[in-house]
Amino acid sequence: MTALLPRRGLAQVLALIVILAVDRMVSPQFFDLRLQDGRLFGSLIDVLNRGTPVALLTLGMVLVIATRGIDLSVGAVMAISGAIAASLADSYGLPIVLTAALGAGLVCGLWNGFLVAVLGMQPIVATLILMVAGRGIAQLITEGRIVTFSSPDLVWLGNGSVLGLPVPVVIALGMLVLTAAVVRGSALGLLIEATGGNARASELAGVGTRAMILSVYVWCGVCAALAGVIAAADIMGADANNAGLWLELDAILAVVIGGTSLFGGRFSLVLAVLGALIIQTMNTGILLSGYPPEFNLLVKAVVVLAVLLLQSPKLSGLAGIAMRLRRTKA
Amino acid sequence: MKGLPPVLITAIVLVAGFVLCALQFPTIASTRVVGNLLTDNAFLGIVATGMTFVIISGGIDLSVGSVIGFTTVFVALAIERWGMPPLVAFVAILLLSAAFGAAMGAVIHVFDLPPFIVTLAGMFLARGASFLLSTESVPITAPVYSAVSDFAVRMPGGGRLTAIAIIMLAIVIAGALLLHLTRFGANVYALGGNRTTASLMGVAVGKMTIKIYMLSSLLAGIAGIVFSFYTSAGYSLSAVGVELDTIAAVVIGGTLLTGGQGSVIGTFLGVLIQGLIQTYINFDGTLSSWWTKIATGVLLFAFIALQQGLVALARRPVVKSAGAAS
Repeated sequence: MTALLPRRGLAQVLALIVILAVDRMVSPQFFDLRLQDGRLFGSLIDVLNRGTPVALLTLGMVLVIATRGIDLSVGAVMAISGAIAASLADSYGLPIVLTAALGAGLVCGLWNGFLVAVLGMQPIVATLILMVAGRGIAQLITEGRIVTFSSPDLVWLGNGSVLGLPVPVVIALGMLVLTAAVVRGSALGLLIEATGGNARASELAGVGTRAMILSVYVWCGVCAALAGVIAAADIMGADANNAGLWLELDAILAVVIGGTSLFGGRFSLVLAVLGALIIQTMNTGILLSGYPPEFNLLVKAVVVLAVLLLQSPKLSGLAGIAMRLRRTKA
Repeated sequence: MKGLPPVLITAIVLVAGFVLCALQFPTIASTRVVGNLLTDNAFLGIVATGMTFVIISGGIDLSVGSVIGFTTVFVALAIERWGMPPLVAFVAILLLSAAFGAAMGAVIHVFDLPPFIVTLAGMFLARGASFLLSTESVPITAPVYSAVSDFAVRMPGGGRLTAIAIIMLAIVIAGALLLHLTRFGANVYALGGNRTTASLMGVAVGKMTIKIYMLSSLLAGIAGIVFSFYTSAGYSLSAVGVELDTIAAVVIGGTLLTGGQGSVIGTFLGVLIQGLIQTYINFDGTLSSWWTKIATGVLLFAFIALQQGLVALARRPVVKSAGAAS
């Protein structure tokens, strides 16, 4: 078994399989797929579709966490970009709308990156500022209303389909491939990991740590903005109060489930996205089971604790000692 | 500039802000408004006192908002549905929240995990548990509640110092004494300064971590009871996002988020500044509530940038004057 699967990621894949099996028991038609109007429907597709915003956030967040940082503002950035997209959608074409919304995300990322990389603030604190103020800015843009739109282009972004798959899923896949190609296809990923492992040592070894940190926050902002546009396109409106609310926590959770250490130094894009899917599969499963959605939070809390304890250096140390003891006894 | 402690800057900002507001709306400078300010922010003041301890010790507690929400629901159900006398319900919830905090502290210490993520799990857990108890708002009609809401000390000028404001002031004073005058308080500073050094100097790091998070959750529980007095109801969605307001108040109050420095009085002033912004927006009437968030964000940035500057100044190597060499 271990020969077939890489050791890293085995736990996540197994977890996903177990949760899928539980979902199958809860709802027998869970794996049913049907093609209608050239588009696939079914619970599995639903999981992918609903999981898209968190998966996109995760793509940026995992790089930020790899540099030993954290970005609390992604939910607020989603609200800002969603508000911009919704306000512009009915008077401008899609390219302008997307440029404006993603540009806003880029500026937010630059701001966070500037605070962390140039001013040297703690990431939690630096991004807390935008987390608090960002939702206010989004409400400023929508003037406190829920802005709705009917532009077919933008609606297609949230509800259309390409080759039978929902557009958001295709976008998320594209972003995953793009990010992976840029980060793992070059030395960039290694440099990011070096920055997170030991920023000072990397600096001395000639890594431009400031540029690394700045660029991961910018990427995180852009990913969050894209997630915000998709979330707005999905409901054909922007709600500055609720768009992306608490999603930063889900994104961090997904990264942690994906085995990326919060202490920086190593990361896995695919496993982090897998983490996002695990969370969404749990959410959908709880919904299908007929339990009140309130159970979601409890289940999530238990999962976070379990994953944390598994990752804990102390616990693996203890397990190592126990194994050695057993071996010496035998 | 160098001798100016951050608390003093917070105090100056508060006084200057108050004077500016009073110039525009003279009625703000009355005991009536000040009394309301204290009452409206009573729960925030209590929970921020606990957060000050956590942040000075180098940690963070994201679960406080959820603990407040859980407390209001628990108290409401205990009194109204399960027929508990209010005092018994209060004692039960305080024991429960203290145990919850102690458990989080224990997990943080024993498994050597970042407080941020452990208290995040605690936040999910407490909020989920309150949803399980009840998802609807449960009104509380116990006589104690109307008695407490009616109780108030009249201040000159017609202002009312309500019972919950008095509770808050008492907790802030007790918290300040605990932090600045006791061995416990000194240990909190030591932990935040440098954990290893503190441990080498004989501070029981594990016990302290557990006690600090226990204190924070206990105060969040008290804040929850105060919140239920304030709204006379228990609701599982109450106090969502309060952890952010609390952290903001602590930071504006001059406490260093990296730990090791700060004061309860500063936090109290930070709470008052946030309350003042809210009051100003209410008085103005044309400004919308989202300006509160933006103003808080701007203040947060200003204070953190200021701290960053002060820290950089302190770390700068001392330059000896040229005359000393000769």
